[in-house]
Parts: sequence; structure tokens; C-alpha cells
Amino acid sequence: MGRDVLDARSRSYRRLILDILFKVKRGHIGSAFSILEIVRVLYDEILRYDSKNPKWEDRDRFILSKGHGCLGLYVIMAEKGFFPKEELFRFSTASGILGGHPEHITVPGIEASTGSLGHGFSIAVGMALAAKIDRKSWRTFTLVGDGECNEGSVWEAALSAAKLKLSSLTVIVDYNKMQCYSSTAEVLNLEPLADKWRSFGFEVREMDGHNLAEVQKTLRAAPFSKTKPSVVIAHTVKGKGIPDIENNPVWHHRAKTTEEELKPLLAALADPACAGEWEGVESP
Amino acid sequence: MRKTCLDQVYLLAQKDPRVIFIGSDIGAGTLDAFKREMPDRFYMEGVSEAHLISMMAGLAMSGKIPYLNTIATFISRRPFEHVLLDGGLHHTKIRLIGSGGGVVYGPLGPTHLALEDMAILRTIPGMAVVAPCDAEEMKRLMPQTLEWDGPMYIRLGKGGDPVVSRAELGFQIGKAILLQEGRDVLLVSTGITAQTALEAAGLMAAEGLQAAVQHMHTVKPFDRNAFLEQASRASAVISLEEHTVIGGLGSACAEALAEAGFDRPKRFARLGFPDVFPHSYGSQAELMEKYGITASDALKTAQKLLESKSRQL
Repeated sequence: MGRDVLDARSRSYRRLILDILFKVKRGHIGSAFSILEIVRVLYDEILRYDSKNPKWEDRDRFILSKGHGCLGLYVIMAEKGFFPKEELFRFSTASGILGGHPEHITVPGIEASTGSLGHGFSIAVGMALAAKIDRKSWRTFTLVGDGECNEGSVWEAALSAAKLKLSSLTVIVDYNKMQCYSSTAEVLNLEPLADKWRSFGFEVREMDGHNLAEVQKTLRAAPFSKTKPSVVIAHTVKGKGIPDIENNPVWHHRAKTTEEELKPLLAALADPACAGEWEGVESP
Repeated sequence: MRKTCLDQVYLLAQKDPRVIFIGSDIGAGTLDAFKREMPDRFYMEGVSEAHLISMMAGLAMSGKIPYLNTIATFISRRPFEHVLLDGGLHHTKIRLIGSGGGVVYGPLGPTHLALEDMAILRTIPGMAVVAPCDAEEMKRLMPQTLEWDGPMYIRLGKGGDPVVSRAELGFQIGKAILLQEGRDVLLVSTGITAQTALEAAGLMAAEGLQAAVQHMHTVKPFDRNAFLEQASRASAVISLEEHTVIGGLGSACAEALAEAGFDRPKRFARLGFPDVFPHSYGSQAELMEKYGITASDALKTAQKLLESKSRQL
């Protein structure tokens, strides 16, 4: 999983996030970089939605249960037209609609306000159950963090989803193996993670969460079973794309980022090929 | 009261396809007819309250009206953040039916007492907190829960509680009911303390005191206007609740009185559980008596308040 798997578009998202971080001085950058390819593929080709009619009844539901990764979601939702791109540069400011965690009231297309861990997956279970009761064809996806899997409610939800045979539900675990303090192995070991989900009654797939071809192939096949809920364990790298940030707990959340700190990070992403559409978007 | 409440959920489900019933792990045979007739809307989902509250929110966000029944402590204290965020912040139409509010489960000890349920749920913006006084009032409440916007907590009494509510006085969520008029003392009740207050009013009458009894079945939203209207006429105000005196009905009354701007402060007392963990067992009635939440305690309190008033005058 070297840097080589990130294409120009993936790099441009990261440059944009660094730019936002520099402008507003705060954000969970490591988590955002960890989920970018997953969210990109979901919104490119997996989820059914209408960004101009975000409450469309038959849309697929997506809940970013690990809400602190929201910068990785916002840059893609802006690109897809849920809200103006200029909002990105008002991230976490009094004049903007985008807070440090997703907020369903202020942000079109956000299904549920998350941030406190261990909530979004259960909400997704309720949504998938509603679809099942009403025999609707829309699907529910939720992206949970590995640190989030420390929460007991995640495993309550897993038991429940399996018991209810919610085959339209797909859980994606962002398994970057780092949490705020240190590695998941040190803080609260989740292994054997795939076996755990399997034993809870899920159909399990694993993928490299930064390899676009793998992410596409896996998510296109989801959900994987007609009788069981599905889970994708996405092996990712926290801070993916910038060596200084990768797997570095210092970058779990940053406030007051300085220009001196940012310059070498941007240089790490410097590549003429990544001068994408974002280059024209400026801070208002 | 619990049976009446759950029977009402069954009746509501028969007429409204949005209604879903969820239990955690409650008594065998509960709502068997519901389960048999509407199996796709009956769920017994285990002792996983935090998950259940958020799952309910997901159902509500998708157009359903889920009713959850479990023991009051495990619906309020344990999953509090799930209630606050996924019920409150999302303003979902979830209905939390708490069995054994107060000291109904007195014989089971302090882990099962719900003495702070109303206080903590009252802090959630948009949350309705309702405690009917008897099964007949429950019957009047439940049909209104279908259309009420936002989350709601329904506090159940012990069951078999004497019927003191009266149909002719009507029922509206958020509107106080004046069970009895009187100019000397205002007794304010919620839940089963309506019967305590009425009994106290009888004792007071025998002592030559006229007591009004105002029943606040809805502690939130608190009917401040109706309360202050009655309070303005009374010489003394006493709240009665099967709940800690911190944060519940008594606090709501105190807050309203303190901000009312009456020319003279009202003589006021809160009858409820003090700021301690009750370490004794026994029945609901025994615990209420031990902690001074009876009709005779209300009488003594009223006499003391009025005495202090006459002294100061």
C-alpha cells in the first residue's frame, strides 16, 4: 500500500484538505485521509442519491459513524453538489455550515449527526430495518472506525443486525489500526477482527481501502449475502498519502497548524498531475 | 398502568402502520396478540438499550413511530447519551415507556429505582416527559403520542393505582389539570402523587385549609402559565413527586416561582426523595412514607409554611 496507489484525484483531495486545515487551523486530518478512497467510490458509483434532492425517499442511506473523519466526506459531497465548495473553507467557523463533525440539520445529505462514537451503526440498523419492513429496495451503508469498535454499542448493533437478517446493510470498518493515543493493538486489541464479525453473523470481505480497483470491486459486490448483513474490513493507513502524517498519532486531530508545518506536507503531495479541479477553488 | 399503556400501543399499531413495538427483554407473553398479528412490527431485541435507542432513531428517521418498553432506569440512565443525541438532537419521534418510575421496584433495591429519570431527561431540548397518574389517564394520553412531534418519555406507575383522574377534565400533553380548587395551598403533583395530593387536600380541609390540586402529568414541557396562575392565588405551594427533589417537578416549580416576579416570594416546599441513595427495601408506599412523601407529610408541611408566613406578617 505505497503512495503509488493514490491517483491524481486522490492526491488533490488531500491537498484540498490540507489547505482547509491551514485556513481554519483545525481538523481530524489522519482520519479524513484514511477514508477518502472509500467515500470517493461510494459517492462515485455505489450510492444512489440525488444531491439536489437529498431527502429523495428511495436514496441509499450512508452514515459516517466515525464522524470525526468528516473532512474526507465533505470534500467529496461538495464535489457532488450537495453544498457549495466555498463552504469547505468555512469549515468549523461561525459563518459556515460544516462543523467538525457531521450535522444533519445544517448539511444537506447528512443522514445523521455523528461524532460521539457508537451511535451511527445503530441508527443504520434502524434504517435498514425500516426498509425491510416497507420492502423498499434502498440500501444502508455505514462507515465505522476501528477505535469506534471499542464501544459496546457497536457489538450490540452487530448482534441485532444479524438477528434481524438485515441483508441490505453494509458496514465498512476503517481499519487503519491507529486510534487517538496509539495503535489499536496497544489501546484495545480488536484481533481477530474478521473472525469476530464472522462469528457475530456477518458476511465478511477485506480490502485495501486505498487501492481504488479493490475498493470498487468490493463495494460493487456489496451487500454480499441475501440472508446476512455485510461487513467490509478496509485495511487503511491513518494519514494516508503523507509520510510525516501516516500512522502518527500527533496528527489524529490538529488545531493551530502553522505554515511551517504545512509546507513540507504539501510538498509531499506535489505533483503536476494532481492539479485538479480544486486548484480554482479559493478561500472566500 | 403498564398493561393499559402497552394495550394502547397495540391499538395504535392496528390503526397506524407507522407504529413499531420494541422491547428489551421484558416479561414473557407481553403483547402476544401484537406479535402474532403484526410480526413485522414487534421486536424483542435484548438487553442492549444503548443500541435500541439509536436503532429507534433510525426507524423514526425512516418514517416509523417506535415505542420502546423496558425498566425506567435502563431507558433513561444507562443509554442517556443515545437518548440525548439520537432522540433529542435528531428530534426523532421515539417513545420511551419506562416501567417502574420512582420506587415501584423498591423491593429490588437501589439499582432499580428510577429517582432521577425525569430530571435527566428534562435536560434534553425538545424531550417531552409525561407521568400519568392512573390507567384512565394513560388511555387519554396514548392516542396523542402518535402526532406529538419529537421524543417522549412516558413514566409508568406501579399498576393497579387508584383512579383519580376524571374524563370530564380532559387531557392534553403539556397542559396541567386542576383536579381541585382551593385558595390557601397549591399542591402540585405528577404521576401517582396526584392521589397523594388529593388525599392531602382532604386532610387539609378537615383542618380548615382549602387546597388546590394541580396535576402536572407533563413535567416537560412544563405548563408554566397554568402553574403560576394557580400559584399566584395560593399562600403556599407544595410540590409532590416520587422522584429526587433535584431536577424534577419540584425544580420546575421552583424555577417558575423564582422567575415569576411575585411581589412577595411564595412559601414553597418540595416533597420528594432527598439527595441520598435509599439503602432500604420495601414497598413503594413504605419508601414514600420513610422519605416523607405522604398526605400527612404534605399537611404538616403546609401548616409549617403557613405558620412561617403568619409569623413574618
